[in-house]
Amino acid sequence: MLTATDIHLSLGGRPVLNGVDFTARPGQITAIVGPNGSGKTTLLRALTGELRPRGAITLDGQDCARLPPAEMAARRAVLPQAGAVAFPFTLREVVQMGLSAGLSAARPEVVGQALRAVDLAAHADRLFQELSGGEQARGHLARALAQVWEPVVAGVPRWLFLDEPVASLDIGHQLQVMALMADYAARGGGVIAVMHDLNLTAMFAAQITLLNRGRVEAAGPPGAVLADRPLSRAYGTALRVNVTPPPGHVFVLPQTAAAV
Amino acid sequence: MVAIAHREAPPRRPGRPAPGLVMAGLALLLAVAAGVGLFQGAAETSVRAALWGEGASLRDHVIVWDIRLPRLVLGALVGAALAVSGALMQGLFRNPLADPGLVGVGAGAGLGAVLAIVLGGLLPPAVLAVAGVWTVPLAAFAGGWITTLVLYRVATRGGRTSMATMLLAGIAIAALAGALTGVMIYLADDRQLRDLTFWGLGSLAGANWAKVQAGAPLMLAVLLAAPVLARGLNGLALGEAAAHHMGIPVERVKSATILLVAAATGAAVAVSGGIGFVGIVVPHLLRLVMGPDHRGLLPAAALLGAAVLILADTLARILVAPAELPIGIVTAVLGAPVFLWILLRRRALLEV
Repeated sequence: MLTATDIHLSLGGRPVLNGVDFTARPGQITAIVGPNGSGKTTLLRALTGELRPRGAITLDGQDCARLPPAEMAARRAVLPQAGAVAFPFTLREVVQMGLSAGLSAARPEVVGQALRAVDLAAHADRLFQELSGGEQARGHLARALAQVWEPVVAGVPRWLFLDEPVASLDIGHQLQVMALMADYAARGGGVIAVMHDLNLTAMFAAQITLLNRGRVEAAGPPGAVLADRPLSRAYGTALRVNVTPPPGHVFVLPQTAAAV
Repeated sequence: MVAIAHREAPPRRPGRPAPGLVMAGLALLLAVAAGVGLFQGAAETSVRAALWGEGASLRDHVIVWDIRLPRLVLGALVGAALAVSGALMQGLFRNPLADPGLVGVGAGAGLGAVLAIVLGGLLPPAVLAVAGVWTVPLAAFAGGWITTLVLYRVATRGGRTSMATMLLAGIAIAALAGALTGVMIYLADDRQLRDLTFWGLGSLAGANWAKVQAGAPLMLAVLLAAPVLARGLNGLALGEAAAHHMGIPVERVKSATILLVAAATGAAVAVSGGIGFVGIVVPHLLRLVMGPDHRGLLPAAALLGAAVLILADTLARILVAPAELPIGIVTAVLGAPVFLWILLRRRALLEV
């Protein structure tokens, strides 16, 4: 279980996070949503140990600030928003780097399995720099996946921290990657994802934290957080949440009516 | 009928040769280069007799053992040190155009060496006694180290290096070091001026076992230590944050890389003056052949760097024999076009 309590963080003298509390359990997807500049990525970077905020962050009972980098790398992998790769490494070599950072380092077959999981097995020997934006994003996901390939090791869950894992993907690959995250969680791992797409979030996340200007606007299951009032306040625009009727019921959208 | 130009499927990486095969090939190349370097020269010499001691004349013995052999060893060490420090620096800056000679580290090391030659006599005798023949290499190392630290501070913000800032800062640092070097030359007495002139020629001429002894410890230390950083530099290629997430002690890798670059550059500059482009061309060629993985790249750069510098030195000796060209001219003539070629292919690199 990951717990962050009363997180304060300033970047360049500007307060970005003001007393954020955040909890995530293994076995489910926890999403962080909110408008641009609300502090989503900063919160994720604080949780991964990349930034050092005020406040306490514990991962399965251990203080993250005290865990050495190699120990952290064995426990969690991180997918950053965008990552340019210097030098002409192949996709396979990049995924191999992730693998060698984790506990499955002695299992070379994991590279191929991770690439298959993100639908890139046919591109293993292409240069990473020559892949398209969406392919690069999935390549980095495969690298993170290879680093924490087994969701649970010796009873301790592994974690995936993902910053907008589906932002640059087409809808088919969006669903594929979301299903991959759900599967990782179902097998006992923890998944924390910064998300923009509220529909995909509602479909896959078990817990959602909605940020607004560096504070938590709402946190809880999708039904409670993705509601008219918190969403409208956070995004500064009147939003209405809808629910489709059960299957078999026909319904009519009056917005589609036009003058005959 | 119009031919339809359809996009070809993206090329698969043509099978890169196994690292072991590359190493074996490079070792062979180094052996050949060493042979050529030993047998070719201005003076007709019975090298074989001198080497195996079968009734060679004293003159042949001296030419082989006291002139060509130390020059060969020094050339191999300097070439390996320059190529490895180039590869290390490119890994540190995540940029294939970074080279200690181009971004002012060589000039900083040169200033250190000149300071030691001119002002070395002012050091307390106890310090001089300890430093001994290593005074000039150590001073060059210190100069290179300070320059690299300053350069990294100036050019890198939040884990991203601006190539333009780095090159421009390198120009400024080199100009400053050049000016201070000028002041030192102004202060130097006649004997020191003679030392400076010979040193500043930037060549392997005048190589002797004393120079090998002065430069070898630092250069060998770097060559042996560099592979330890390979995994860290691979991780840095994905960015500092990603490297940190993969458990790499980023700050330690960066500091160690800066130290090694300064040590190798400092020692090389101290014994042979400024020799350019080896640090860019050698790692770049190797990346084309065997890929950018630093675990193979760093040892291979040492082998190819040594071979290239020995061959360049041999060319420098025989092209205008019995006189000789400064080796810096040879490496620049061969290396500068390669540098421009990399630049043209990867122009986007400068627009960071």
